[in-house]
Amino acid sequence: MDKKRRNFLKIAGISTLAGLGATTGLGRLVGGAQSAVAATEEAATAEHGNAIEQNAGDTPCVNRYGMLIDVRKFREDLSLGERVVRACHLEHNVPNIPVKKDEIKWIWMTHYENAFPEQPHLYLDQTNVEFQLPILCNHCDNPPCVRVCPTKATFRDANGVVIMDFHRCIGCRFCMAACPYGSRSFNWSDPRPFLDDATMNKDFPTRTRGVVEKCNFCTERTRLGLQPACVEACGDTKAIVFGNLNDPDSEIRQMLKQHHTVQRNPSLGTFPSVFYIV
Amino acid sequence: MYNGGKIITGLVIFVLLVTIPVWYNRGTTARSAPELVMPTNAKSCVLPAEEMRAKHMQLLNVWRDEVVRTGDTTSIVVEGKAYPKSLQLNCMECHTSKVNFCDKCHDYSSVTPYCWDCHIAPVE
Repeated sequence: MDKKRRNFLKIAGISTLAGLGATTGLGRLVGGAQSAVAATEEAATAEHGNAIEQNAGDTPCVNRYGMLIDVRKFREDLSLGERVVRACHLEHNVPNIPVKKDEIKWIWMTHYENAFPEQPHLYLDQTNVEFQLPILCNHCDNPPCVRVCPTKATFRDANGVVIMDFHRCIGCRFCMAACPYGSRSFNWSDPRPFLDDATMNKDFPTRTRGVVEKCNFCTERTRLGLQPACVEACGDTKAIVFGNLNDPDSEIRQMLKQHHTVQRNPSLGTFPSVFYIV
Repeated sequence: MYNGGKIITGLVIFVLLVTIPVWYNRGTTARSAPELVMPTNAKSCVLPAEEMRAKHMQLLNVWRDEVVRTGDTTSIVVEGKAYPKSLQLNCMECHTSKVNFCDKCHDYSSVTPYCWDCHIAPVE
């Protein structure tokens, strides 16, 4: 019995020592690794902090496509809004669903108070009460929809455009909850029955039931060197100007320099790429 | 063996039931590979026919990811001819009939790819 107890104590003592030694040794190793990780993270955040001013997205983009919408032009020509919406929706096979809660919109006309609800004003001028302006996806520089998408179905491309990969969309609608501008629509049913075969654009796919869709800044057209469909629909009225915001010589940057412009709800820190001359 | 007659009869019925697909389709053409309508306006494809038959789905997935996600729309050049990476705008230019080409094999092998839920099939 004595001998057994003696052996037990010996083994217990050695094990304790070994255990303590191992944990401190391991602790030192892990601690070292952690401090290294912390150091790189700190450097990254410092860098990110500097970059946040212009490029707060998770992928730094070479270009940043943007749009400048001159609302005054839409007031002058009341049919322009309808033409713009029609051009976009025909180009992208956007269905015309009569049920309001199911409707799909890429670009649409709305009243000032709906587009800029963060600027409450009891005494709004008559023009802004009466007339409508076009709104669409803002293609934010810090897009909340991209951050929440669990499948990376929505992402920013090299031109800073927030686009959808419909193949990957699982229809969870997190992006719709995240988008503060309501720019996204969900296909509650198959959109094909609501499309006219005669006017369907055969070069662009439709969508299917259960995917989210929104404006893609006409990526399929800009790749070919064309202007977006809505810009083209405006003709030479310059009601919508499209261009690269990262290029200081681009037309849009020159226009932004010359006019006072507003963005939709800039206080949210999403850095919209669509600007308005109200 | 007790109840040998009943057991053997039961076994025979069981084997017959299990092999229904084999003897039911005997002498019919259900097992022969489908006849495809080949394009008339082209002799070659981006890959030899054997490889296309085996790998067209992977190829289309690669094209899809390159075009949609990385924005790489460069064409595939085979023997001096450029093929854009697109199902709707390239493949269907030669294989003009979905019913007589795609569907034939897909129905035969009982697969339902979701390409045509969104991409617009040629009018037939």
